[in-house]
Amino acid sequence: MSLMVLFIVMGAVALVAAMGVLLARNAVYAALFLVLNMLALAVLFLSLGAPFLAMIQVTVYAGAVMVLFLFVVMLLGAERLAEEGGPLAWQRPLALLLGGTLLGTLTWMVFVQARGLGRIVPPPEDYATPQQLALQLFREYLLPFEVTSVLLLVAMLGALVMVQLRRRGAGS
Amino acid sequence: MVPTSFYVFLAALLFTIGAVTVLVRRNTLIIYMGIELMLNAANLAFVAFARQFGDVSGQLFVFFVITVAAAEVAVGLAIIVTIFHTKRSVDIDALRELRG
Repeated sequence: MSLMVLFIVMGAVALVAAMGVLLARNAVYAALFLVLNMLALAVLFLSLGAPFLAMIQVTVYAGAVMVLFLFVVMLLGAERLAEEGGPLAWQRPLALLLGGTLLGTLTWMVFVQARGLGRIVPPPEDYATPQQLALQLFREYLLPFEVTSVLLLVAMLGALVMVQLRRRGAGS
Repeated sequence: MVPTSFYVFLAALLFTIGAVTVLVRRNTLIIYMGIELMLNAANLAFVAFARQFGDVSGQLFVFFVITVAAAEVAVGLAIIVTIFHTKRSVDIDALRELRG
């Protein structure tokens, strides 16, 4: 029962924060709403028996990625663009229509097609401890793990190359 | 316990809001935040299904999604800053040079 209350409260916070990202005029407010959304999702991860992932979400996603976002938002001035009009204003109602279609299709899939997905067996005592995650990660998923380390290296190099291009472009 | 379909429906709602954010907004940085919103919604669905089937692989995939999202944000923001250096604007409609 209390889990249901937690789900409803945190779900409402996550939804309101997501609507805040959609509707905020100021980019800094949108970034802060996204941080709130990620924190609400971290609590939901906790209620789903994923404590390690909840802490990873708070530390890495909300704590590093969003800070990077805020850095760039404040660097670039976070100008308040006039969101109405512009050369592609006719796309806005179409986007809302497509969003509604997507939502309707997903709702139908979840509640009608999949019939609510059946009974949940309460997970065992050592369900998602870091030991269990590490055992799976370094046995079954060793190759993806190594590939993501290469990916991070490539991303770092890519960001550095961008800076070099900009510096060279400004110099010439 | 809360049924899995509730969590997946919440993930669907968040995904839709993220998708509409990408389609409707003109500020490049807010569009990028919509992409992050969609990734987070997928993460929630992953963790919900991991609990449903008692398989920890769902949580490992969230681990990988967060890693890939971090790398993507780094490169994407570098690109946005480089574009801003030329265009002096974060308006996505200002990037019109390649239109047919």
